[in-house]
Amino acid sequence: MARTLITVPQDAKRGDVVEIRVLMAHPMETGYRVGSDGKRVPRNILRRFTCRLDGEVVFAAELFPAVSANPYLAFPLRAERSGTLSFAWEGDGGFAQTETAALNVA
Amino acid sequence: MPMSLSDRPDVPDPSRRGVLRACGAFVALAVARPARADANELQAAIAAYTGRHEVKPGRVTIDVARLVDNGNAVPITVRVDSPMTAADHVRAIALFNERNPERDVARFALSERSGRAVVSTRIRLATSQQLVAIATMSDGSLWSGAIDVIVTLAACIEGEG
Amino acid sequence: MRRVVAALALGVFASGVLASGVLASGSAQAQKDPRRSGFDDMSPATQAMQQDDTQNPAMLFVADGENLWKRPAGSDAKTCASCHGDARTGMRGVAARYPAFDASLARPVTLGERLNLCRVRQQKAQGWRAESPDLLALEAYVALQSRGQAITSPDDTRLAPFRARGEQRYRQRIGQLDLACGQCHDEHAGKRLGGSAIPQGHPTGYPIYRLEWQALGSLQRRLRGCYAGVRADAPPYGAIELVELELYLASRAAGMPVESPAVRP
Repeated sequence: MARTLITVPQDAKRGDVVEIRVLMAHPMETGYRVGSDGKRVPRNILRRFTCRLDGEVVFAAELFPAVSANPYLAFPLRAERSGTLSFAWEGDGGFAQTETAALNVA
Repeated sequence: MPMSLSDRPDVPDPSRRGVLRACGAFVALAVARPARADANELQAAIAAYTGRHEVKPGRVTIDVARLVDNGNAVPITVRVDSPMTAADHVRAIALFNERNPERDVARFALSERSGRAVVSTRIRLATSQQLVAIATMSDGSLWSGAIDVIVTLAACIEGEG
Repeated sequence: MRRVVAALALGVFASGVLASGVLASGSAQAQKDPRRSGFDDMSPATQAMQQDDTQNPAMLFVADGENLWKRPAGSDAKTCASCHGDARTGMRGVAARYPAFDASLARPVTLGERLNLCRVRQQKAQGWRAESPDLLALEAYVALQSRGQAITSPDDTRLAPFRARGEQRYRQRIGQLDLACGQCHDEHAGKRLGGSAIPQGHPTGYPIYRLEWQALGSLQRRLRGCYAGVRADAPPYGAIELVELELYLASRAAGMPVESPAVRP
């Protein structure tokens, strides 16, 4: 389980556009780096990120090696109703992790 | 509305299909700068993404430092001018680079639920180069923005033992 | 002899999310402090990365550190909290006073060394190797508890000879490039080397998330990088030379606010 830092504003009123921020600890190994043994370090990156609100996809991202280590994403969401946000990361080597957070909309 | 990140944006209206026209911005830059293999690869990658559809320069802004502190983690924000209503919104934003080992940087899928068309992340830039963002609208139209960034190596190179 | 420090406004250094209060050190003669943190040499985007705890990559590792603070270790399964309680009170101001003298070793130790000494001596657990992720995470968590506080190198006479050697080393030309620290970080600070700004080199934010490393790292790691930069053999991790340098740098930065965990290029 990789460490994540998820920020969902807690003071949203109906109709506000909030900014959701996610950070995940991950090396995003590009596959181009040469290790100290002279051999290429194999690619190991996060490839997809999906944010769902009560099961419906509201934002998705496809990530490539050009995305920095410990990837950071900030994306918008119009707050219409309270619900459960889920954040799913998928990556090389079968990596898969999901976190959830409540969206409280006044 | 189901969301997917497809390599090729859908163009529902056949009348919009037309002659492939490179973004005006890129043509202008190709004239202003000496032709390079990298610039051609970038154009090819964008053409592969956009298919035969016209890409208009405009509505897309890339917010990034013109001289980065370090090419390993460059904060970047892409904004698209769009009302983000059900009838008129940004469906996808794709970010391309000119001189990294690979052209793709990231692709984002938005919807009318997004409220605003603005995405931020941090990217790696191997060297000074151009970045291009392509936005696909809900009506299938394609818009682009570009920016040049200067990237230098760290002054003191560490050879850690 | 107690150093006189100028009063400092904290504005730039206060985090928007975890404001630690305004710092003010009293001074007999108020003068404009010529010292600048490396923070001031960064672009606005990188500054924002540091200032916003929801964006700062180091906060990922601070969260790990918080977990480690509460994790039982060693034969008695004690946690840091068992002796020190809540880190937010128990560790407040601690990082700002390091390096500090350790009586049993009869020499100064860095914060990282102190954490390891506690782990071995008090928790009777295996020590962490230098720069190990766990040690850095715990160091970041503990250092965070000093954020906003003035760097206050202890006025301990036992530290004097070590500090003097550290200062000597700071002024000593080394390596194939035959450069002393002060030549870049005093004489040419504020100018650019290649595309990079030359900072004054104050240890205000360690452990830092350094973009060049794409990881969290200690001041020792940074100093060893500087040795490599002037083409000198770097002392190994834990070498007393590095501790003495750290001690001198802490004195040189006396009164400047702790920013840990900082982001640096």
